[in-house]
Amino acid sequence: MKFSEQWLREWVPVEVSTDELCDQLTNAGLEVDGVAEVAGDFDGVVVARIAAVKPHPDAAKLVVCEVDDGSASLSVVCGAPNVRAGMLSAFARVAAVLPGGVQIDRANLQGVESHGMLCSAEELGLGGGADGILELDDGLRPGDDLHTALALDDVTIDLDLTPNRGDAFSIRGLAREVGVLNEVPVSAPEIPSVAPIADAVFPVVVDNPVGCPRYLGRVVQDVDVGRPTPTWMRERLRRCGLRPIDPVVDVTNYVLLELGQPMHAFDLDRLDGGIVVRDGQPGESLTLLDGTIVEVDAKVLLITDAAGPVAIAGVMGGDRSGVRSTTRNVFLECAYFDPATVSATSRRYGLNTDAAHRYARGVDYRLQADAVERATRLLVDIAGGRPGPVVETASEDHLPRPNTVTLRKGRLDRLVGEEIPIAEVERILDRLELAPSVSGDGDDRTWTVTSPSHRFDIALEEDLVEEVLRIHGYDAIASRVPIIPLPLGRARANELIDTRVADLLVDLGYAEAITYSFVDAKVADVLDPNRKPLAVVNPVSSEHAVMRTSLLPGLVAALRNNLARREGRVRLFETGQCFTPGANPRQQRADDEHGDQDEPGLRQATLCGGILFGPREEESWSQGDAGVDFFDVKGDVERLLALGGRTVGFARIADPVLHPGQSAAVMIDGNAAGRFGRLHPEVEDVLELPSGVYVFELDADAVHARRRRRHGTLSRQPSVRRDLALLVDREVAAQRIESVVRKRLGAILADFRLFDVYFGEIIDSNEKSIAIGLTFQHPSRTLTDMEIARYLDETLADLKAELGARLR
Amino acid sequence: MNVDGIEKAALAAIDAATDEQSLDDARIRFLGRRGELTALARGLGRMSAAERPAAGAAINAAKERVQSAVEARRRRLGAQQLERELAEEAVDVTLPGRRRPGGSLHPITMTFRRIERIFEAAGYDVVSGPEIEDEHHNFEALNIPADHPARAMHDTLYLDNGMLLRTHTSPVQVRVMETQPPPIRVICPGRVYRKDNVDASHSPMFHQVEGLVVDEGIAFADLKGAVVDFVHGFFEQDLEVRFRPSYFPFTEPSAEVDVRCVHCLGAGCRACGQSGWTEVLGCGMVHPNVLSMAGIDTERYTGFAFGGGVDRFATIFYEIDDMRLLFDNELRFLRQFG
Repeated sequence: MKFSEQWLREWVPVEVSTDELCDQLTNAGLEVDGVAEVAGDFDGVVVARIAAVKPHPDAAKLVVCEVDDGSASLSVVCGAPNVRAGMLSAFARVAAVLPGGVQIDRANLQGVESHGMLCSAEELGLGGGADGILELDDGLRPGDDLHTALALDDVTIDLDLTPNRGDAFSIRGLAREVGVLNEVPVSAPEIPSVAPIADAVFPVVVDNPVGCPRYLGRVVQDVDVGRPTPTWMRERLRRCGLRPIDPVVDVTNYVLLELGQPMHAFDLDRLDGGIVVRDGQPGESLTLLDGTIVEVDAKVLLITDAAGPVAIAGVMGGDRSGVRSTTRNVFLECAYFDPATVSATSRRYGLNTDAAHRYARGVDYRLQADAVERATRLLVDIAGGRPGPVVETASEDHLPRPNTVTLRKGRLDRLVGEEIPIAEVERILDRLELAPSVSGDGDDRTWTVTSPSHRFDIALEEDLVEEVLRIHGYDAIASRVPIIPLPLGRARANELIDTRVADLLVDLGYAEAITYSFVDAKVADVLDPNRKPLAVVNPVSSEHAVMRTSLLPGLVAALRNNLARREGRVRLFETGQCFTPGANPRQQRADDEHGDQDEPGLRQATLCGGILFGPREEESWSQGDAGVDFFDVKGDVERLLALGGRTVGFARIADPVLHPGQSAAVMIDGNAAGRFGRLHPEVEDVLELPSGVYVFELDADAVHARRRRRHGTLSRQPSVRRDLALLVDREVAAQRIESVVRKRLGAILADFRLFDVYFGEIIDSNEKSIAIGLTFQHPSRTLTDMEIARYLDETLADLKAELGARLR
Repeated sequence: MNVDGIEKAALAAIDAATDEQSLDDARIRFLGRRGELTALARGLGRMSAAERPAAGAAINAAKERVQSAVEARRRRLGAQQLERELAEEAVDVTLPGRRRPGGSLHPITMTFRRIERIFEAAGYDVVSGPEIEDEHHNFEALNIPADHPARAMHDTLYLDNGMLLRTHTSPVQVRVMETQPPPIRVICPGRVYRKDNVDASHSPMFHQVEGLVVDEGIAFADLKGAVVDFVHGFFEQDLEVRFRPSYFPFTEPSAEVDVRCVHCLGAGCRACGQSGWTEVLGCGMVHPNVLSMAGIDTERYTGFAFGGGVDRFATIFYEIDDMRLLFDNELRFLRQFG
């Protein structure tokens, strides 16, 4: 909210400087967002009357004015469209300095001498918009300095008001607040009622008293909307960020700013029958003042007449019934609308009008009578007219009820953490017009308050604590360190330290990425064709339209970003939540570190994924330039899984986004825990990626779970190693050989190595040669050659029976 | 030739030997089975008994000296040989080592870790929650009913299953209070979402950390202490901290926390918009409605909560001038933090 400091000071004459005033407001919870001068920096500009206007002899677009600047009559050339004899305007004398340091000299404009310059509002930093030179009120005196004449010694203060402080959305409300802070009484202008001088009334029926508990209407006939709004009012509107329009709109805006009461003026002659305040009906629509057409329904509170909707209550008027230059008779609306109703409608249509903003936060529900009188007085003074009687339709039952709230001194001090003296509390409550009734003494003191009609945020004891504390000053409270018991937790052998996985990936050369959780729907479909992701209903862009089911879309995008920047070698990882709709909820683990939560039909699991591309090693004198392959990504995955130390298995998978021959599923203790491998060449093609992109994606919780390590026995007996070269079918997975061997030999096998894999001409093309090294060791005695020979025979027999393996 | 002459010749030959072979030749020539000194010794038999002892002793002494000269020469030649071999094996020690360079943590993660370390050291637990939330946890349980004007402060992203992307980490507070009786001391770090367009200081996805303490006797003064200590701990300096009354539906009283701009320390600069202050946290005493909804007795227990933008802390601490860099994942950017 923008307001004029001068206007505020008129209501509450405080002696503090502008800076101090701004600090006071900020420290009271009304944050000052900015302070701006209301005029540019100029000097030597005065009020002047244009006595006569003659055509320029040589220039069709210019005129020659005879200007009375209070001390002389000067010839001034002007090109403004609105210049006319008799008007008062702003005149920059010769030697005047305009904003930006422009100095005014005598000038010759197409053969005519000009002794100064008539100025537009824009040229003086008084706001733009209006065409032509500044039009000033008749009451001003030629020769008066413009600063004095317009009282330009003022600033616009911009406040960032929080939603609970609807009471501060006006000069009146700010004055009350500043008065409290400075202990200065507020001097509100007198608002005498304006006696009706006509009988005209317009019927009003309120169908929905919940949405509209109070509606005041008043007819003003024979208004002259052609009369100019006086300069003082235009200036105030401008300094509060509103554009002057016509006397009727200006007056309602002025009352909005001054008192915080939104009003609407209808062209009475365009209203049909009478006003009915009611809910909308499906199929109804309304063209608003700004030209937009809105479809309404029963959730929207409307102002209607016999011909249909004429306004969305408390939000914006309709075009059909708006005041225009031909308007003669006006119907003024001054209502109290229900905050929630207006808030919902305003948000629904994105109509953040000044009126809706105030109604949504709560307008003083006892203000309407004063506001309508204030508006009538101003309107009649400016534009004439014959006001009729004020007609009020109200339902006391539906107006907000004041809250009765009790504040206990003990509670106050406990919540604050130190004692605030009784006298200080009472001074603050009095100044806030909360008029407490007091009982008890000392620590048993209580104050009972009835919330005033302008406050919508006093309902609980804590609200009063905040009021007292806010005025007392947050900075007046000493900080202290919370004293808390310090129970010790337990060490946890069965999980990794939180940072361990990320630290290992960093050590393995990966840079951590953070990618958006919402991704492009098309990319998501390419990278996870079998799952339908959740869609964002109102995405910020089509690139952020669906929730990721996997980390791959983000990692792929990050890879592309880097390839575009000519990075040839990329290793990135990310840890983050992925979202699978329709999935069966999992059992929640009690020690779930990642906060995985499963709503019915939605799985939110934390995954840890990575992407690799480019040479295995950085380019270097000492290392080759071979590209990464399947076993690089597998090696990194194995390193990660080794942290947990649990039983890990790998198996081929049919994953549509991975290369069918170079991809694997990861099993930990027999449960699926992720996958890795090369992207499917078709996926690379579709995503316009270069060939040879490798990825991995693991369940973060599965990686995080750790086997508790224990010491076994270290045998002191000699160990014996035997190597075997086996021939097996190409399709036999190496891991099966190890399984068969381990199953047969059990604890006697101290170590298993697979040290060579050979395909080639020397052997059958359907076969491969696998060389394994077996280390035997007995816990308590030396193994004999015979025993070892028997173990080898048994092992070979199993390998032959189960895998068709034979010695080479 | 006499002993002295032969010994002289032998020592000269040994000295002249330049490698193992010529040294061996010299040794054989004087000490070999047919060597000159050996021949002399053999001639002892032809001497008289009176001459024999003295001559024998002289020959033996000469043989020993020659022998040790041979050994000394051999050691020296060996040392020279090793020296040559080592010289050949010398490498350019200034060439880079064979290494696999490390990667880097994201500055957001590093910031989370800094924050978590500070609070964990003081006995706070770190808890997380789901990023897809329901209206209840994100709004209603935080005292933000439907059509509350505060909902306009949260430009919420909604999903087609009727849920929403959490607009703050505060729902984790609710989940903690629903499941754990006081005393509660937690911080809740995580990702949050709002319908903001991407620019230098906005992103539709960002990060927050939320703190919650609920216990008997927790007061506003404790909140101030915790927040001030945290700010000082994070920035590693005793920056001035300002508490301004503000409004959050889930706290009462509420405050915004400003910290002296780390760049200008209050003088006013571009980074702080000339204000001299940087807004870093929102906080307050947990609203009694929020405690009640979670089933906590508001007469017995009070609490404070605070929350701040982690991206803000990260950009200030690591002097990152454009928030878009955080989610571009450009290696040139990321590697700076390795």
